[in-house]
Amino acid sequence: MANVISDETLEYVGILAKLELADDEKQRAKKDMEEMLDYIDKLNELDTSNVEPMSHVFPVNNVFREDEVVERDGHEETLANAPERNGNSFVVPKTIVGD
Amino acid sequence: MKQFETVIGLEVHVELATKTKIFCSCSTAFGGAPNSHTCPVCTGMPGSLPVLNKKVVEYAVAVGLATNCTITQNCKFDRKNYFYPDNPQNYQISQLYLPICRNGAVEIETPDGGKKTVGIHEIHMEEDAGKLVHDDWGENSLVDFNRSGVPLIEIVSEPDMRSADEVIAYLEKLRMTIQYLGASDCKLQEGSMRADVNISVREVGAKEFGTRTEMKNLNSFKAIARAIEAETERQIDLIEAGKEVVQETRRWDDAKEYSYAMRSKEDAQDYRYFPEPDLVPIVISDEWMEEIRSKQPELRDEKKARYIEEYQLPEYDANILTGNKHLADLFEQTTEICHAPKKVSNWLMGETMRLMKEADMEAEQLHFSPENLAKLIGLTEQKAINNSVAKEVFQHIFAEDIDPEAYVEEHGLKTVADDGQLRGTIEKIVADNPQSVEDYRAGKKKAIGFLVGQTMKATQGKADPGMVNRILTELLEQ
Amino acid sequence: MSLMSLTAVELGKKIKAKEVTVVQAVQESLDAIAQKEEKVHSFVTVDREGALKKAEEVQKKIDAGELTGPLAGVPVAIKDNMCTEGLLTTCSSKILGNFIPTFTAEAVKKLEQAGAVIIGKTNMDEFAMGSTTETSAFGVTKNPWNTEHVPGGSSGGSCAAVAAEECSYALGSDTGGSIRQPSSFCGVTGIKPTYGTVSRYGLIAYGSSLDQIGPVAKDVTDCATILETISAHDPKDSTSVERQDTDFTSALVDDVKGMKIGIPKDYFGAGLDPEVKEAVLQAAKELEKKGAIVEEFDLSLVEYAIPAYYVIACAEASSNLARFDGVKYGYRTSEYDGLHQMYKKSRSEGFGAEVKRRIMLGSFVLSSGYYDAYYLKALRTKALIKKAFDEAFAKYDLILGPAAPTTAPALGESLSDPLKMYLGDIYTISVNLAGLPGISVPCGKDSKGLPIGLQLIGDCFQEKKLIRAAYAYEQTREYEHCQNL
Repeated sequence: MANVISDETLEYVGILAKLELADDEKQRAKKDMEEMLDYIDKLNELDTSNVEPMSHVFPVNNVFREDEVVERDGHEETLANAPERNGNSFVVPKTIVGD
Repeated sequence: MKQFETVIGLEVHVELATKTKIFCSCSTAFGGAPNSHTCPVCTGMPGSLPVLNKKVVEYAVAVGLATNCTITQNCKFDRKNYFYPDNPQNYQISQLYLPICRNGAVEIETPDGGKKTVGIHEIHMEEDAGKLVHDDWGENSLVDFNRSGVPLIEIVSEPDMRSADEVIAYLEKLRMTIQYLGASDCKLQEGSMRADVNISVREVGAKEFGTRTEMKNLNSFKAIARAIEAETERQIDLIEAGKEVVQETRRWDDAKEYSYAMRSKEDAQDYRYFPEPDLVPIVISDEWMEEIRSKQPELRDEKKARYIEEYQLPEYDANILTGNKHLADLFEQTTEICHAPKKVSNWLMGETMRLMKEADMEAEQLHFSPENLAKLIGLTEQKAINNSVAKEVFQHIFAEDIDPEAYVEEHGLKTVADDGQLRGTIEKIVADNPQSVEDYRAGKKKAIGFLVGQTMKATQGKADPGMVNRILTELLEQ
Repeated sequence: MSLMSLTAVELGKKIKAKEVTVVQAVQESLDAIAQKEEKVHSFVTVDREGALKKAEEVQKKIDAGELTGPLAGVPVAIKDNMCTEGLLTTCSSKILGNFIPTFTAEAVKKLEQAGAVIIGKTNMDEFAMGSTTETSAFGVTKNPWNTEHVPGGSSGGSCAAVAAEECSYALGSDTGGSIRQPSSFCGVTGIKPTYGTVSRYGLIAYGSSLDQIGPVAKDVTDCATILETISAHDPKDSTSVERQDTDFTSALVDDVKGMKIGIPKDYFGAGLDPEVKEAVLQAAKELEKKGAIVEEFDLSLVEYAIPAYYVIACAEASSNLARFDGVKYGYRTSEYDGLHQMYKKSRSEGFGAEVKRRIMLGSFVLSSGYYDAYYLKALRTKALIKKAFDEAFAKYDLILGPAAPTTAPALGESLSDPLKMYLGDIYTISVNLAGLPGISVPCGKDSKGLPIGLQLIGDCFQEKKLIRAAYAYEQTREYEHCQNL
């Protein structure tokens, strides 16, 4: 079964991933994705109907931290690599438009 | 004309009262300079990893048990993926597939005095986002991650409510339960309790639900009530005009009493949840659950019974005082000092409530100390001040938490209870008002009231009313 | 003879014996880099001043008797996806081209505490996505044995730097073979430990459930020594495992008598280069000569590991790499209209083609309507693969096979066909899915003079068996220094 990635799907995934492909990149991206999905479809040969999905390989559980404050003023470290800052805050393009 | 009913479900976010954030040891303290309470974990620095705060699990279980939920003894965290600048990793660590609590219910009182059960679909744990500050004139927003990673539980109700009154009753019930558990202070104004409201309408008798909308940005009970009313009307208007209700998220503007759709091509609302690989599963054993249950503080019903039993309060008083955790705490702390439960109850239910109503305040905003209320009660018990003076002094306690003993001293408000001094004043008043004296002696006993009034006026209200009455009667009966 | 031709442990002994100073050792490393970098390009950043300053500090501590470990004063190179405080950490990506971490990765900290001197940060496939080190935004690393060939990847810079003797040893990271495959291509030894053995705190994540940091060095003794130094339970990494058996150097014993080694027939089928096959089977014979019991068996499911891996790794990566958005650190595009365009342009300009390809695929397989068909299916396949290994390890102490189906391909050969490149990871990927430890040790060269690697795979927490067998095999041959540069 050959997968077909439409222009709409590619654009939708771009919205999810916040990636914008140039027109010449798009054709290649579609082809790559289609090929990969065809290849991934190989998994359908396996009967996994009675298999529990495994996210962690080891049965480690209940890893906790106690509720104890480490006093620190982290703002200089937090902002050390900021592309744009204003005082103690990061600066981003306005998030509410036309409010 | 068709009859419609509103169907309402709530998603309530509650900030838990832990000292540290959910996945790092930064303080959760409110306020502070922007980004001061941050570290690599809560700002999404590359290479940082989350470690779960045990207390968050315990609070979530406590709330689940108090709301009759089934605890998911094997639960996990998932990632919810979406881009927004207040979300430093551009994913939120939350729970979708195995939330910590499910299938609960709380009982609320309906406006007609009946009881109703509101189902709780689930409660899950998650991290709060940072804060965005928008300047009105510029092109930018500022990002502060102090709140990023503060632990939240989200309580998702079933669509069981049918009116704004029921919604408020449900919220009050949740707030009271959670405050009693000490799991959160649940302040709507400061955002430690926030509600998103899912609303749909349908014709009365219809079996299917209508298309729902989700209303956000509701910062007070009043805003919630207004938004429900407005959204109900909007949906009915659409249906009656033959149009369709669109499933969408809307933002409520309480000043304009109007909501608008938060639609954008860039918000696909496809969160691509998957199990959080950086955290391991949580296993809640029967023993741990029992330990949490046994450590639960006295809840409302137990407290109410104790007030009636231990403090001999009327059920009416006990009901009102325990209806708010803050008020109940104030009651107990004051009674502890002055040992006069009924008097404390009277002050809280009378003057305190009156002044709160006047100032449109919530009980959480009361800030006078139990010590000062206890002292005031002490002063009245000793008859050092009379009731009208006490009320006046209380206004200052309520507003500025003044020390009533010092205040009474400073303003010379002590009751005049010196027989000789009072007798001279009253003799003069009797001499100056022959008409009233004559009326009294002619049998119009009520005339004494005027003379008492004149005496209080002459003593600027400080005279002991009992003594005034005794001396006056004595002089008039001569 | 350069001090860099010694193993890390040999150099550490000389420093301890005061035959050489730390500054001398570091200077020789820097000299080798100055001489060879132009041809190999193993490094993104060389920290000349920092390393020399550190060398003096470490020397003082050694003299004062405060540092006595085997790695004290020995120069190390760190893969550029591990955070180093104050030192540029790029993941070989434009999007982190100016990123200076404010903290140091836990594994690197462990080395620093043991007196290691960081020489610089090594080149890699961008965000560890690739098998050739050609997807780096800062230029291609070449194979020291033949600079027309790739060093493998994604830890190509670390492996090339060790093979080229620009440093004594290096740290790499392995998500689907990224330590073992380039170790094989460069003729050095590398270990991918059991998941959870080395803290991931400070490792910039690619596939969080698969990533592990491990050592790259000239021999098994070095690798065991380094792994012993960096293995520790870390309360900052929830997936870190508490183990008592991290005294890996105790397994450096030349004895495999009675050890049961399984050879999966599935690893020796079509696609395997005959020269690689012969070298690997010859290595198995050597172990057999030493008393190991070697048997062929059917591992099964081998061909399903790659598709399952790409679903899981890309899904996790699409989420892990979402934080690179031009807000908090790293690259922000210069011109944009509004928030979403800022995001899209910063990310599209900041990430290279392979990274974008994997983020797109990962976002797609998690998107509404596809999660069950792709992601859950992959997690179920992972469970089956783990089960197949469990069954194998019920019968065998170790599994033996090649680290890669071929020797290092020529530069540029792999990029045109990503799927073909992915197939090159067939023998390494399932090890990550099952969280197992694996080692690659040199076992010969092909007719082109390119190194071949032998892979040994152990059951989880059985690094000591790996180390013992690899050490025993290593005693049968001489380490071959790369003299081409």
